[in-house]
Amino acid sequence: MTSVLEPSTTLELPPAPPDPVLRRPRNTQGFWGWITTVDHKRIGIMYGVTAFVFFLFGGFEALLIRLQLAQPNGTLLSADLYNQLFTMHGTTMVFLVVMPISAAFFNYFAPIMIGARDVAFPRLNAFSYWTFLFGAILINSSFLLGGAPNGGWFGYAPNTSITFSPGHNIDFWIFGLQLLGIASTVGAVNFIVTILNLRAPGMSLFKMPVFVWMTLVASFLLLFAMPIITVALFLLMFDRQFGANFFNPAAGGDPVLWQHLFWLFGHPEVYILILPAMGIVSEILPTFARKPLFGYPVVVFSGIAIGFMGWGVWVHHMFAVGLGPVAVSAFSISTMFIAVPTGVKIFNWLATCWRGSIRLSVPMLFALGFVAMFTIGGLSGVTHSVSPHDRQQTDTYYIVAHFHYVLFGGALFGIMGGIYYWWPKIFGHLLSERIGKLHFWLWFAGFNLTFGPMHILGLEGMPRRIYTYDENLGFDYWNMVATIGSFVIAVSVLVFLYNVWHSRRNAVPAGPDPWDARTLEWTIPSPTPAYNFAEVPEVHEVDDFWHRKYGEDDEGRMVKLAPPDTEGSLDIHRDDVHLPSPSYFPMVASFGLMVIAYAMIYRNYVVAVVGALVLLGGIYAWGLEPSSEPHDDHGHDGGGDAPHDADDGGEHKGVEPADTPDAALGVSSGTAEEVTS
Amino acid sequence: MTAVETTVHGDGHGHATNTGVSNEKVAMWAFLGSECLLFGALISTYLLYRGKSVSGPTEPADLFDIPFTSVSSFVLLMSSLTMVLALAAIQRRDEPRLRLWLLATALLGATFIAGQIYEFTAFVNEGLTISTNVFGSSFFVLTGFHGVHVTLGIVMLLSLWGLSARGKLPPEKSETVEIAGLYWHFVDVVWIVIFTVIYLVP
Repeated sequence: MTSVLEPSTTLELPPAPPDPVLRRPRNTQGFWGWITTVDHKRIGIMYGVTAFVFFLFGGFEALLIRLQLAQPNGTLLSADLYNQLFTMHGTTMVFLVVMPISAAFFNYFAPIMIGARDVAFPRLNAFSYWTFLFGAILINSSFLLGGAPNGGWFGYAPNTSITFSPGHNIDFWIFGLQLLGIASTVGAVNFIVTILNLRAPGMSLFKMPVFVWMTLVASFLLLFAMPIITVALFLLMFDRQFGANFFNPAAGGDPVLWQHLFWLFGHPEVYILILPAMGIVSEILPTFARKPLFGYPVVVFSGIAIGFMGWGVWVHHMFAVGLGPVAVSAFSISTMFIAVPTGVKIFNWLATCWRGSIRLSVPMLFALGFVAMFTIGGLSGVTHSVSPHDRQQTDTYYIVAHFHYVLFGGALFGIMGGIYYWWPKIFGHLLSERIGKLHFWLWFAGFNLTFGPMHILGLEGMPRRIYTYDENLGFDYWNMVATIGSFVIAVSVLVFLYNVWHSRRNAVPAGPDPWDARTLEWTIPSPTPAYNFAEVPEVHEVDDFWHRKYGEDDEGRMVKLAPPDTEGSLDIHRDDVHLPSPSYFPMVASFGLMVIAYAMIYRNYVVAVVGALVLLGGIYAWGLEPSSEPHDDHGHDGGGDAPHDADDGGEHKGVEPADTPDAALGVSSGTAEEVTS
Repeated sequence: MTAVETTVHGDGHGHATNTGVSNEKVAMWAFLGSECLLFGALISTYLLYRGKSVSGPTEPADLFDIPFTSVSSFVLLMSSLTMVLALAAIQRRDEPRLRLWLLATALLGATFIAGQIYEFTAFVNEGLTISTNVFGSSFFVLTGFHGVHVTLGIVMLLSLWGLSARGKLPPEKSETVEIAGLYWHFVDVVWIVIFTVIYLVP
């Protein structure tokens, strides 16, 4: 990736005036180049790599769980360690894997797909990443500091109150999730502003790729869901650390309040996890069926409808609480109802494939796997909406089967498809199709072998979260099958890692458009140059790139048009491309947050104040440095191909847009917007 | 082919956006939307626990000094007026007045916070702490969260004052004041809801 950034452009800069705190970083190479980067593509890669590492963590935790349950009366893990592992498996997979990998795709591709050069607030974007990373490190460091969170990813109070969980386990969970919540909220604001404000000329909302739409919907869900869990976690913190009574039944506190707050966050969260994957699949299917997405506006509106209706179904997580027949009936019906827009999408995807010229490349296999597996998960979800049926299933392995079919069979299949699909754009070479197919089939078989039997176990009455079971209960056979399946998944992940290594060693340049795809990211070179677009594109249609490549003849048959002039756009004067300068301060501010969090866990309020000062100092220094350095030279490199991130901004007026800004159509904004926040 | 479209706005007004509203302002509105849910959840918690306390001062009306809190609420609302005057001043390019009104706004906010500290102390002396009962827990956390928001707003206003005093807040950047104002007005409006829910609803 660093090859796109020529060193020569960063060496000939005039000396900068001394900065009061830290000298502005100007080197974009090497380790510090990555630490101080504000480039949305690098931040996307860092999100993706970090999340994948945590995917290995969470997967390892799952394997330990499956080993413990492989046979009756397992002795591998103690009850307490088992509680820590299932809690951390859930927390890791939701908050440290699926959400950040989706954020990786948002980061890398959403700006490119709308024809922008970066996100609206590049340094805020870096701040999101660092806060996510520090939050993730904080939660996982608990394993080494006396025990990981052990109250389930839902952390039901008062089980998690100080009376029943006296150690620091739950404190790590509370403060880790608070950091991750800050990262997500800040990221959501950034993406909402980017998508609403930075679209290329002609890219009206209903010409945006579906992935961008789903990013927008998921960002709004994050924006409104995160504060609710923030409040829930604060209430729990005040209970644990300051003797408040929110969840203390003896003082009139109501444990059901926790459940309401958690699931009012938790159910929109489910759509936060799945909508990006739906967006990815909506990009892959048309590309490999070589047909437009069937019913584009309907798919978009279904996504928006899911975003709204997702707020009215949370009580279906609480049918067994005893909220009374009216509440349960109402939420039963709303839960059945939300299956409608989801079903609409599935039919749209099927209709997209119908009579298409389907190429079964690896991304397409994962996308088709998504549609099939997600449908199974969706159907078992509908069975939960029937509340008498749900009473039977609550807290059994049937629920575990259901949500793994939507989150693994759905979200992770979509994400894997996205990884294979966009790999050439990010790294410049394709992943091996042959090894990829082996990966897919092992993954697909292992997945069904692991989670399919859990439906049966659940209906036979095996409860969730038990660390052993007796041999005369009839659970032995399917548990062993599930454990074998989980190791097949593990092998498939190793095959994927081998594929990454093998494809990198035998890398053949993929070219800008290896899949004959439809959206703007494929119009630019692979790997993407630092400035994304040499020339801001002008958009006329949905799937604009496709329409530049293909037209219709007189009889309505599809014909290939003369290749678009992609080379021409590469030799513009890059002097005119301004990118924001790197900065230390987002990481400094995030680090201050982590110090506060650790200090709060150990109730050392002096250190917390120090952390707050670091945070405040970071924010002030950040606010006082311009988004891009006026002293960074344009880098007159003789019009060579070397782009650079040296930049002008702040007081510099730059090149004014040629057009008068038009509020309705909008004119693309560059990335050198001065960032004040 | 040559002039690549980049919009660099030294004045901080991002007019060349699709919505015609600057990035910073859209971001502030989005953030305030998020804040609505934060206070919504806290206010719901307070309402849920009304009258549910099993011990301690269960009749909160006995503790409240409504005239006192009404005056401090009035002070906070007046700070919205001075905030508007500050924005009007920078838009007229009257920087001394801008600094005057920013300082006045911060001072009014600080007066409100001082009133809150006094009230908290009085309640604790009368035997209501965060751990007394669910009323104490929900009252202190809800009003405390609001107080922290006002305090951060004061820090923001004083930072703007400092920038302006150093000549780094020229009239071209009036939108920065406007965006800080959005936050300040939001915090005031939330207080109207909280004041009504806690002190006025019987």
